[in-house]
Amino acid sequence: MKITILQFPGTNCEYDTQHAFEKLGAQTEIVWHKSESIPSDTNLLVVAGGFSYGDYLRSGAIAKFSPVMKAVTEYANKGGKVLGICNGFQVLTEAGLLPGALMRNDGLHFISKHHHLKVVNNDNIFLEKLNNNDVVNIPIAHHDGNYFIDQDGLKDLYANNQVLLKYTDEKGEDKNPNGSVDSIAGICNKEKNIFGLMPHPERAMESILGSDDGIKMLQGFLTA
Amino acid sequence: MKAIVNVSLKAGVLDSQGKAVHHALDSLHFKGVSDVRVGKQIILKLDETDKTKAMAEVTKMCEDLLANTVIEDYEIELV
Repeated sequence: MKITILQFPGTNCEYDTQHAFEKLGAQTEIVWHKSESIPSDTNLLVVAGGFSYGDYLRSGAIAKFSPVMKAVTEYANKGGKVLGICNGFQVLTEAGLLPGALMRNDGLHFISKHHHLKVVNNDNIFLEKLNNNDVVNIPIAHHDGNYFIDQDGLKDLYANNQVLLKYTDEKGEDKNPNGSVDSIAGICNKEKNIFGLMPHPERAMESILGSDDGIKMLQGFLTA
Repeated sequence: MKAIVNVSLKAGVLDSQGKAVHHALDSLHFKGVSDVRVGKQIILKLDETDKTKAMAEVTKMCEDLLANTVIEDYEIELV
């Protein structure tokens, strides 16, 4: 199992992501954004979190034009599996690989804390190790995590089971930290091969550090 | 020629910065402000001298990069 992790100038979660997947027994490779190709044996491509290009203009707006993104789009369009975490999610929406957009948190503050998430749809490779309505405890750390999509787009997301995760309290009741439409924390594309979420499962790999719920999430990718 | 591009959140998209500024104006007793929207201005110095061509080029820049049309509108002024 080979996990390829993208690195842009300003990415800062590539090593956490690498550690997380290696802990689960996967092989990993970090690929610099100037590369015009991705390793041909890639089983999962991760766009890691951070602040690509300093979040200038908009989060993810400049990263989408990096040389590697052409290869990413080709890989994704051929059905290759792609996971965007935090800034990676922002890059994937900016690149048009996932619907909607991520705006400034409604409270305007950067939020960095553990948050509960509820699994809304597990009929996809990412969350198949979890059950619907399971609640997981995963850190969030973002300034622009306020997910927006228009009403028609939102209907489509629900109709196709593309809403994956929602922000909740520990009982699974809606609790919205950042103003996201319907408290949405993570989605996928219609074909269910491109995934994006603002929370950081790769930072929830050790119970001694607060939670190891990230293991159940990332493991889904390793069984395919 | 210069192009002045104003990018702002679409009507109907919550502008939380605008709301915060509105609250601040209220607390400073500036009355009679019914709404505040915060946007950004991007000023481009262009080599192009033909206005029609410049407008087409800057429109493409807005669609590709300067604005995210999922959430933002843009206006272009050539001076």
